[in-house]
Amino acid sequence: MSLVGKHLIDPGDFTLDELNSVFQLAEKIIKKEEKFSEICKGKILATLFYEPSTRTRLSFESAMLRMGGKVLGFSDANVSSVAKGESIADTIRTISAYADIAVIRHPKEGAPKLASKYSTIPIINGGDGGHQHPTQTLTDLLTIRILKGSLQGLRVAFCGDLKFGRTVHSLITTLSRYPDNKFMLISPRELRLPENIKYSLENYKNIEIIETENLESVIDNIDILYMTRIQRERFFNEADYVRLKDSYILNKDKLKYAKKDMLIMHPLPRVNEISYEVDEDERAVYFKQAEFGVYARMALMALMLGVYKNA
Amino acid sequence: MLKVESIHYGIVIDHITQGKGKKIFDKLNLGDVDYPVVLLRNVPSSKYGKKDIIKIENCIDVDMTMLGLIDSNITINIIENEKIINKMKVEIPKEVQGLFRCKNPRCISNTELYANPSFKLVKFNGTAEYVCEYCEELTSYPL
Repeated sequence: MSLVGKHLIDPGDFTLDELNSVFQLAEKIIKKEEKFSEICKGKILATLFYEPSTRTRLSFESAMLRMGGKVLGFSDANVSSVAKGESIADTIRTISAYADIAVIRHPKEGAPKLASKYSTIPIINGGDGGHQHPTQTLTDLLTIRILKGSLQGLRVAFCGDLKFGRTVHSLITTLSRYPDNKFMLISPRELRLPENIKYSLENYKNIEIIETENLESVIDNIDILYMTRIQRERFFNEADYVRLKDSYILNKDKLKYAKKDMLIMHPLPRVNEISYEVDEDERAVYFKQAEFGVYARMALMALMLGVYKNA
Repeated sequence: MLKVESIHYGIVIDHITQGKGKKIFDKLNLGDVDYPVVLLRNVPSSKYGKKDIIKIENCIDVDMTMLGLIDSNITINIIENEKIINKMKVEIPKEVQGLFRCKNPRCISNTELYANPSFKLVKFNGTAEYVCEYCEELTSYPL
């Protein structure tokens, strides 16, 4: 099995065995990172960020630098050739000559897919609009795998913006491919999980899904609580954002009823949906999650570039 | 009963759902052609009660994908020497490229010229549901 020559646009691009190979390598890197410090020597990662990002971009850069590779790219579409009206297709055909692998974040949904059609180097989707964010999914799955020991038989609750939350779309779609997972979808009516995502869930008719607007009513029966931010940038109407932004705030009081071994996850950045007092709770793993993200991206790039040979 | 002469060489688009004949006539740009064309509306039908029919006295390429999108009841009859030599049933197309746009305003196919809108049929219930290749949003095409 090899990930060489593949793109990662959607988590569904990888089989479960391929996903497993990424997690296994990430766990090896976590155990002995120094063994991997040179494996990307001579390789260049292009970071093409058409939309602001701090942690995804820095996480990718950190991952490549930790493996001895180099990084180039832009983080603001207004200062790149895009501002002159260049198409994504032309940009990626050019960048293919400058780098060995590229990560693209774009506000338009499907932009990385389009780029992959014209690229001669592997493309990684670093988040496209409200659509998909597959490397966050790798991060989330690695976190669950390490801290829960398994990716199956879990009761997973997603809370907040399930309509525009691309991390939710990628994660629930992928978790539905593992057996016996059950989902609770907690959101205001206006921010429910889109029908097309529900439809795309593996074996969706047989999966147990509970939809509710009330976090308190289900919090006592959850293994993983995945909180998300209500994203201002996804709303066309500011009034709607203001009305919905404080729909769910997780605090110590609400956590009294949660299981002792429940994981509280968040793709970050958070605004106020998780009170700072929750950070001290040992169930809060969102900063650990960010740390695992670097290792997941290291493993992913090493496998896509074909540089890992049982280092 | 209105009588229309049979055609010698050409195509008969039969079993069009009553009321959809004009839409197909327009989509095939038949109003601009210089060969004989007839649009028959509200024709009695034993199967459907009433139907529309289009007769075209010419061998033209009809876009079966487009016809399937508008009306999957349609039958195409190919006529030679006033006889039907081939009958084809139109189907709702499984894949569609470039015939309509994705309804998602955030989809890349609505802004990038290189991104030809492409869809796959996922289900239909009176309306065909197509999933966009780029953003995976469901887009309905009114039948």
